Amino acid sequence: MNTLEMTLLIWAGSCLAGFVGALTGLGGGIVIVPLLTLAFHFDIRYAIGASLVSVIATSSGAAAAYVKEGYANMRLGILLEIATTAGAVGGAAAAAYLASDTVAVTFGLVLLFSAYFSGRRRRPKPEASQPDRLATLLRLDADYPANGHRAAYHVRGVPGGFGVMFIAGAISGLLGIGSGALKVLAMDQIMRIPFKVSTTTSNFMIGVTAAASAGVYLNRGYVAPGLAMPVVLGVLPGALLGTRLLPKAETRWLRILFAMVLVFLAVEMIYNGLSGSVGEP
Amino acid sequence: MADRTRPSAEGERRLERQIGNLLRSGVSLAAAVVLIGGIVYLARHGGSPPHYQRFYEQSSDLHTVTGILGDTCSGSSRGTIQLGILLLIATPVMRVLLLAIGFAWQRDTTYVLLSLVVLGVLLYSLLGGS
Repeated sequence: MNTLEMTLLIWAGSCLAGFVGALTGLGGGIVIVPLLTLAFHFDIRYAIGASLVSVIATSSGAAAAYVKEGYANMRLGILLEIATTAGAVGGAAAAAYLASDTVAVTFGLVLLFSAYFSGRRRRPKPEASQPDRLATLLRLDADYPANGHRAAYHVRGVPGGFGVMFIAGAISGLLGIGSGALKVLAMDQIMRIPFKVSTTTSNFMIGVTAAASAGVYLNRGYVAPGLAMPVVLGVLPGALLGTRLLPKAETRWLRILFAMVLVFLAVEMIYNGLSGSVGEP
Repeated sequence: MADRTRPSAEGERRLERQIGNLLRSGVSLAAAVVLIGGIVYLARHGGSPPHYQRFYEQSSDLHTVTGILGDTCSGSSRGTIQLGILLLIATPVMRVLLLAIGFAWQRDTTYVLLSLVVLGVLLYSLLGGS
């Protein structure tokens, strides 16, 4: 295999990564990392660098379309980003005291559990719920496009969501992976906001979180231009395609796709944890 | 006065559209620079085998902003790709900055402050992260 063939294969994989990442709000790392480490046997540090680039590309590529459509809740995104950032700092500090393999296996099990919950169809309609005092105070209630009109929704469980976002940040600081899964879960299961708003707001946040660690990774030489190039050029059209599909996509199918990706991510985490290959070697 | 609960909904929509347009230009520019660098890179190195099985410290020019700019000016394809990546990394930063401006325009002090905190952390870890 020469560099040209490798570039084309990574490009194709990145198209898929961008597509799935944009639709589920999980970023492209879940496809890129196993592709580079398991299929190509590349060093994990290059995979982490490429994954970081893919997350930013998915986030910004999808954002250009989503912001225009008015799905993402920017106030909520900014508020929760504070929790994630604080968590990431805490996680990086805690990394010295915790066994990251154990954390990975635990996180994998949590994801399996969550996949079950998020795959289920939800009970009460979020649009019908009562306003929450804290959410009203913080002006978090908003509306989003649904069936040709703008449907208003209420945000609930702000402290709980904020807490899970803190943990999400800590885990990403600890394991060096995107925390999109926990972000979507917190918004979907605890704050009870519409699924498409959860995934698009998560898309916004993962880009900001990834950009925050980009400086460090660039400095350490994790971002290899030869790998970053096909990743960016593949993820962007993939993400764009995903955003085109989102307004038409049925939430039920998005939930199933999300749950499937969670199971995949969970297995990956548990495998990495058990084989002792978590984070930076 | 029409709807008192959501007084700035229309302005907010317009602002979001403008942010969307700016993001789109930023991402397109980044992709174009990566594409140019990529074509030159593949033309020069496309036939050689990839070498990512083991981690090498790359030439340290590619690790810093000034180094990348210097490499790009001297016609390095890897430097050009990295420049595109830098532009891409700048898009989320731009986005938070634009949000802060947008909230200021709406006189939403709480969210101006929150956006500035996020922006501050971003810039600190991007620029001081060595």
